[in-house]
Amino acid sequence: MVSDLKIENPNSSLREKGKKLHPHKFILWVAIGSILMMFAGLTSAYIVKSNQANWEDIKMPQIFWFSTGTILLSSLTIQMALRSFKQREMNRYRLLISVTAFLGVIFIILQWMGFQQLWNNGIQFEGVVGAGQFLYVIFGLHALHVFGGAIVLIVMVAKALFSNTKTYSSTGIEVAATYWHFVDALWIYLMVFFLWIR
Amino acid sequence: MSNEAIMHGHANVISHDDVHHDEHHAHHHQSFITKYIFSQDHKTIGKQFLITGIIWGVIGGLFSVLFRLQLGFPDQTFPILETFFGHWAKGGVIQPEFYYALVTIHGTVLVFFVLTAGLSGTFANLLIPLQIGARDMASPFLNMLSYWFFFIASVIMFASLFVHTGPAAGGWTIYPPLSALHEAGDGSKIGMDLWLISMALFIVSSLLGGLNYITTILNMRTKGMSMTRMPLTMWAILFTAILGVLSFPVLLSGAILLLFDRNLGTSFYLSDIVVNGHILPNEGGSAILFQHLFWFLGHPEVYIILLPAMGMVSEILSVNSRKPIFGYMAMIGSLFAICILAFLVWAHHMFVTGLNPFLGSVFVLLTLLIAVPSAIKVFNWLTTLWKGNIRFTPGMLFAIGFVSLFISGGLTGLFLGNSTIDIHLHDTKFVVAHFHIVMGVASMFGMFAGIYHWFPKMFGRYLNNTLGYIHFWVTIIGAYLIFWPMHYEGLAGVPRRYLDLRGWHNFNKFDDLNKMITIVSMIVFAMQLMFIFNFFYSIFKGRKVRTQNPWGSNTLEWTTPINPGHGNWVGEIPEVHRWAYDYSKDGRDFIPQTEPIGADESKDH
Repeated sequence: MVSDLKIENPNSSLREKGKKLHPHKFILWVAIGSILMMFAGLTSAYIVKSNQANWEDIKMPQIFWFSTGTILLSSLTIQMALRSFKQREMNRYRLLISVTAFLGVIFIILQWMGFQQLWNNGIQFEGVVGAGQFLYVIFGLHALHVFGGAIVLIVMVAKALFSNTKTYSSTGIEVAATYWHFVDALWIYLMVFFLWIR
Repeated sequence: MSNEAIMHGHANVISHDDVHHDEHHAHHHQSFITKYIFSQDHKTIGKQFLITGIIWGVIGGLFSVLFRLQLGFPDQTFPILETFFGHWAKGGVIQPEFYYALVTIHGTVLVFFVLTAGLSGTFANLLIPLQIGARDMASPFLNMLSYWFFFIASVIMFASLFVHTGPAAGGWTIYPPLSALHEAGDGSKIGMDLWLISMALFIVSSLLGGLNYITTILNMRTKGMSMTRMPLTMWAILFTAILGVLSFPVLLSGAILLLFDRNLGTSFYLSDIVVNGHILPNEGGSAILFQHLFWFLGHPEVYIILLPAMGMVSEILSVNSRKPIFGYMAMIGSLFAICILAFLVWAHHMFVTGLNPFLGSVFVLLTLLIAVPSAIKVFNWLTTLWKGNIRFTPGMLFAIGFVSLFISGGLTGLFLGNSTIDIHLHDTKFVVAHFHIVMGVASMFGMFAGIYHWFPKMFGRYLNNTLGYIHFWVTIIGAYLIFWPMHYEGLAGVPRRYLDLRGWHNFNKFDDLNKMITIVSMIVFAMQLMFIFNFFYSIFKGRKVRTQNPWGSNTLEWTTPINPGHGNWVGEIPEVHRWAYDYSKDGRDFIPQTEPIGADESKDH
């Protein structure tokens, strides 16, 4: 559906001097602000609720520490992928992007296992609302954002492997990397939040 | 939502940093589908938003006429209603469940689908690239997705009108526990789920749009178009988009928790509830939590509706007074102040929820502070009109009507913003009168002003002027006749959202007043149908625009061809040398933004 219209940026000369962000990067930053507001809404709801009577706490399943390690590692690999792309080492780029996407999928699987562990420990939807129910919603929404990112990475891998067009602009992969670091940082925030606020 | 950004970012990088091909824009081949349906041209997307908004306007307006029938003539039967609505209007009388559904859908549709998507969606899309000098939005693809998410949201909301148990019926604010429990009534069954899904998609649509609007305005301005040379429409739309991008996600999180409560048995909002003698297992939740999440969006939402109207009115008043806008920087400053304050006043909707009175008084103070930027704006509009060489085009009349309504409706906000008076006025017709005048009708007027003013740019033809004048006068007189008396009813204690007031003997004195309001609302509704006839007739048969700049306006959209193609300008994008408001300067009627500043020109540019 991408039209053949080419958008001219009247300020391209400015941008080359590093004074202006690429519009797509800018869109991403605004989107990050927007996503943050959603999680700010949810976590402040959590704080308000946790100060009221009848609050039930949970014990964080250990598995979430493994997912923390996984997503941190994937941040590293996508950064290395970006570097390889800029150095035109395309084979290493393809490998690292694939590894990142793979780690993303592993992360989601680990989250799912963490949810199951909680669920089997009796933290379920029904009954008294507490940290557990919020955890399902908040971690679940975060996992959805990682999932979206992973799909984009898989598309990028497919393009890198099968497309005949040579791409020299690194904007796309830079945008993807920034987003990926963002979901990583968001995860750290959520993890610290759940450990801290009781 | 941001994922598409990346995908698109990747898809387009190849073409993005290429050398420019200006001649490419003028004539590239398009099929019917890429030109009119899955179009990525911001002008077409704007028209799609407008026409979808008009369809919703008819539905929402019709619903208000139906529930006004009940309020004005509670003891009469209208058999024709049963013909159309079946068991919803058994024996020609609107049934209670139907009444609540009508009120709910009227509110939802007008607030979100007409005055958010129809207003911001139309004019942000149409005007941003044209007024800042860009070929299109930062991401035309995301922009197209924005419309199609709105379209799917519309289809789902529309479908909810036809399910057996009817659409959502908990009021447009869908407070739990009523909205969270299927047992609460027909309006809390499948219709409520459809409402939530539709709104979630709608939120995605407005976020995709908002990201684009902000990025395009900040990133894609033509050479010379500094921020303080932009027309006020652009500033207003920028602030609107920022408000939307920061507040809609919070509503989304509230809606997600509500969906969990409804369908998965969680108790985020539910606690200690007994339905028909049956004790529900939900415990520990708080219904007030939803109100906080809802109004954190809900209040910015009224400014999301109002700010674009303010921006367009500023532009139209200046052009048709042939005078520069008075206090350009003060206008920007007050828009900014409103934007900040919008996030700090949400609890004034919750004064009677048992809110801590001290906290309440903080919110009173912050709420009343909004009067300051609002008064600055009103002052500047009036001083722009003052001694102007006014041209009373239909667009101009609607802009002046906006100012009038904004003043009358704004003053009653001072009453409601005080928590002590609000205890008496809360949930009465006074509130209905206040927000309909200041936000509902005023923003509709801003939208009409915009449509009359920019119709020539949209379709290359004019709307019919005579019909425009009739439309304006009947609508403004009608609007005041409908809503002004409601203040008195509200002060006397008449509650809003009630099906039947015949039980209160001291409200009998309002019977004739209520009949009058209903009759006027029917006339005003008919007038809007006439406007819609004018709109569609003029698209095909209206008087043709013969000159490039019919209003003698300074802004860039009037430097494009009369019927601009995708890419807007043939050849180079013009460079900007001055602000947008050099009217009646140095003995000249107007000096377009593209004209370099002359050697002997006086200083205030």
